[in-house]
Amino acid sequence: MSVLVVVECDGGEVKKSSLEVASYGSQVAQMLGTTATAVAVGEATEANLAKLGEQGITKVLHDAEPRLKDFVNGAYTKLIAAAAQKEDAKIIVLANSNIGASVGSRLSIRLQASIATNVVELPKTDGGSFTVKRGAFSGKAFADVKLDGDRKIIAVKKNSIEALHQAGKTAQVEAFSAQLSDADFADAPKQVVMQDQAGGILLPEADLVVSGGRGMKGPENWNLIEDLAKALGAATACSKPVSDVDWRPHHEHVGQTGITVSPNLYIACGISGAIQHLAGVNSSKVIVVINKDPEAPFFKAADYGIVGDVFDVLPKLTQAVKELN
Amino acid sequence: MKFLVCISNVPDTTTKITFTPDNKEFNKAGVQFVINPWDEYALTRAIELKEAQGAGTVTVLNVGEADTEPNIRKALAIGADDAIRVNAHPKDAFFVAQQIASIAKDGGYDVILMGKESIDYNGFQVHGMVGELLGIPTVAPAMKLDMSGNTATLEREIEGGKEIVEVNTPFVASCQQPMCEPRIPNMRGIMTARTKPLKVVEPTGDAARTEVAAFALPPQKQGVKLIPAESAGELIKLLRNEAKVI
Repeated sequence: MSVLVVVECDGGEVKKSSLEVASYGSQVAQMLGTTATAVAVGEATEANLAKLGEQGITKVLHDAEPRLKDFVNGAYTKLIAAAAQKEDAKIIVLANSNIGASVGSRLSIRLQASIATNVVELPKTDGGSFTVKRGAFSGKAFADVKLDGDRKIIAVKKNSIEALHQAGKTAQVEAFSAQLSDADFADAPKQVVMQDQAGGILLPEADLVVSGGRGMKGPENWNLIEDLAKALGAATACSKPVSDVDWRPHHEHVGQTGITVSPNLYIACGISGAIQHLAGVNSSKVIVVINKDPEAPFFKAADYGIVGDVFDVLPKLTQAVKELN
Repeated sequence: MKFLVCISNVPDTTTKITFTPDNKEFNKAGVQFVINPWDEYALTRAIELKEAQGAGTVTVLNVGEADTEPNIRKALAIGADDAIRVNAHPKDAFFVAQQIASIAKDGGYDVILMGKESIDYNGFQVHGMVGELLGIPTVAPAMKLDMSGNTATLEREIEGGKEIVEVNTPFVASCQQPMCEPRIPNMRGIMTARTKPLKVVEPTGDAARTEVAAFALPPQKQGVKLIPAESAGELIKLLRNEAKVI
């Protein structure tokens, strides 16, 4: 019996969200008196996989099949299921990412496991029950969910768990083959298109986010958002009305029907704070709101605020960050 | 081509969330329910594809009790041809997926569409479970869907980009923006929806694998600390020294 952690890699590196997932999995293993093994998906280097020891992982299974570089639902599901069988894993932990949720839901049927996604805390195992806390109602509430059965799958929300860093610890990397056939790659992508990310920081993975709304007046003013984001090392985002009128691309749209983010810092510039937008950001640790309307509803959800014109305030913030650095 | 579109009944997006006194259930009192916004993308795209092909059917499926019928009728008014309601409280994703898979298996549908997730439970699970139960491919979340004969080309969102995926029917896809512009029903649609068939069937089994022990609201915010606009730079110092986030 062990805990299996699914680690997503990109360009040889382990994703930040997967460092959190590995930390979650190793802590669950410790609670249950067992060890945590990882299975790597995506393009990974052996050196980076070995460093998962710092997150408490003892062993990493790595299938070097080149076609696994890009996400293929059929192949990934088979690979992870094979790893779970090999390790006799009763708990499988993934990131609550597009990959994690897509594979996790298929795995739950294949392994006859119960599943909870969007999980924000370590499980509670009182009196024989196994309960996890997950986000619900688009971040406006939480649910404690009891997972039944012998096998359980947990998809952990990004930025919910602090990644462990136990310096000097390394994991043993073991070659692993899931005996994948061509049929397992039937839904392989014909093409992968990466979008330009401001400063190369992916919004769903970002610790810091600077976001603009209609108060920015037009796409020609977005340099003010980008300048502050660049100075902070933050990702950029926008509200729904902004992506609806094509000032910014859809993949920057944060909100109930866009991307849900939970960074350490969310700076909202010229966004009034409609309830649908708040639903996408209200699990951010610290929210800053800049708006010239003192009655903007977003101020009620904010930790810090500036009542002022974004065109005046943003350059001052950017300058202050540069001076601090 | 036969499309099956799965819709769920969710509280309106502006609803203030409250729970029953025992915190076990969402408090429905006075709440307007709508078609899950993600599902509207699936529904509209299925209707568009059927219209483009000039043939086929769009069947709407909901797992829910009788109070979901107004939104099923709304889906028919938007342009679906017929509807099925599985007469049951949707206990969890596994329970719902089993009902959908059972209907899909018997109905011989070519394309099964649904929203990426529901805005109340946010599970993002049902599509994958249905695909696995039926042994067919799943593409999730899809931002674009085109059909040519029995082959579909989809754009699937990945972190930082997209994958272009081709699959043959039958398949399952979960939908999200910017797939299409969701339609609203017109008067003619509302009138014709009244006479379209809505079949009610009983659920297949009652198995669920999860149970909500309790709901809770997030802790209240402490209140906003305002910084004068003329000394905006002070905010950055507070974010470093007080909030410790930069």
